[in-house]
Amino acid sequence: MLIVGEKINTSTKSIAQAVQTGDAAFICKVARDQAAAGAHFIDVNAGTFLNEEVDYLPWLVETVQSAVDIPLCLDSPNPEALIKALECHKGEPMINSISLEEDRFRNLLPVVASQPCKVVALCMAQTSMPTTADERIAVASELIERLTKAGVALEKIFVDPLAQPVSVDVTMGSAVLQAIAVIMERFSGVNTICGLSNISYGLPARRLVNRTFLTLALAHGLSAAILDPTDKRLMANLLTSEMLLGHDEYCTNFIDAYQSGGIEDD
Amino acid sequence: MSYDALSDAVIKGDINGAMEETRKALEAGVNVQDILDQGLIATMDVVGDRFSKGLTFVPQMLRSAKTMQQCVEILKPHFQEGGVSTKGTVVLGTVKGDLHDIGKNLVAMMLEGAGFTILDLGVDVSPETFVQEVKKENAEIMGMSALLSTTMPAMSLTIKALVDAGVRDKVRVMIGGAPVTGKYAQEIGADSYASDAGSAVIEAKKILNID
Repeated sequence: MLIVGEKINTSTKSIAQAVQTGDAAFICKVARDQAAAGAHFIDVNAGTFLNEEVDYLPWLVETVQSAVDIPLCLDSPNPEALIKALECHKGEPMINSISLEEDRFRNLLPVVASQPCKVVALCMAQTSMPTTADERIAVASELIERLTKAGVALEKIFVDPLAQPVSVDVTMGSAVLQAIAVIMERFSGVNTICGLSNISYGLPARRLVNRTFLTLALAHGLSAAILDPTDKRLMANLLTSEMLLGHDEYCTNFIDAYQSGGIEDD
Repeated sequence: MSYDALSDAVIKGDINGAMEETRKALEAGVNVQDILDQGLIATMDVVGDRFSKGLTFVPQMLRSAKTMQQCVEILKPHFQEGGVSTKGTVVLGTVKGDLHDIGKNLVAMMLEGAGFTILDLGVDVSPETFVQEVKKENAEIMGMSALLSTTMPAMSLTIKALVDAGVRDKVRVMIGGAPVTGKYAQEIGADSYASDAGSAVIEAKKILNID
């Protein structure tokens, strides 16, 4: 299970402020906290600063990697910002994300195909968002085909099935879950990744909904997630699910987390 | 005439109960426009207000709106030709380059429930299409949605297109979407910002000086 820490995103006020004022210490702390909590990648997103993103994104890369020794998930549809961020990134990054939207695909393909990296393939069709499992699978298949043809290895592709709110259509949860299962089976070696918060839009008790959804997604084969690793209950759910699914030999991670106080039996 | 039973049924999303109450009111000879205005629309105002305050949630709002729509279907044959009054025409869509439609659909639904006439242009709507439809419909309000920080500038471009076409002063512009703020609305010269579907109704009435 690969965990991408989602917290360094300028849509959060405190992050936006830190980026604007060049408060490296604050960004470093958020990065360290996420790494300590189990993140394998740290997402960096400066997308709310349309004009300054090309400068802010590389600054975030340098700042975060001065604090933690792990690769980053470069979160932008802007090829210019990505290229500048890639130039100063150490290790193999994840690029988040490419989709079938025409401009986005054309602009990002050369970037992801030109160097070793992981890439998030978002199940956004050319002119619409998918609703059913079949629509998601069709978009994923086309993305995988076009990316592998361009030389991207299947193992480097992380398909995001694009979770949508269950509050407006109760079939949205099962559509994503089914899509994950089929994609993981049909393209052996590919990864699936998912953000958790879309699913709960419009509902109360959103964190409960998010972590229950994570458990179900894991049971359907999800291999990576973009989440807040400092959310203890969420991480407890994740560790427990992974153990129950047989992904935790001798239940080591689960017991370690319990003995270090990360998991409580309430 | 008390609309308590009808109102309760719409709030609960009890479709059969609400349809029954609507039929009863018709049979009792109540004016059709009154049933619509005081029974249904007034209730949806309550629903929208509760939603804005976080007291009710999206699925409940959807259920109430669906219930209202069914009741309106019963009323429709009883309106005289051209007899339905509308609060105004709203042309709305998600801006160019953006495919998100959930928030925009909720806004359209609640505005319709509040008695506005809606023309939903869908997603990825170009500035030219917005302008053309605003002119064609003589729309009172143009609503734009953007869910991405990267597509927000399309809102500004669309307003510029209204100016260039000479119709900016003929229509009120309302915007919304997760990354959008009231401050941004001011910056780009929109007339109004709505943070959710319930507020969209309140804002729409405010900019048209209704109530």
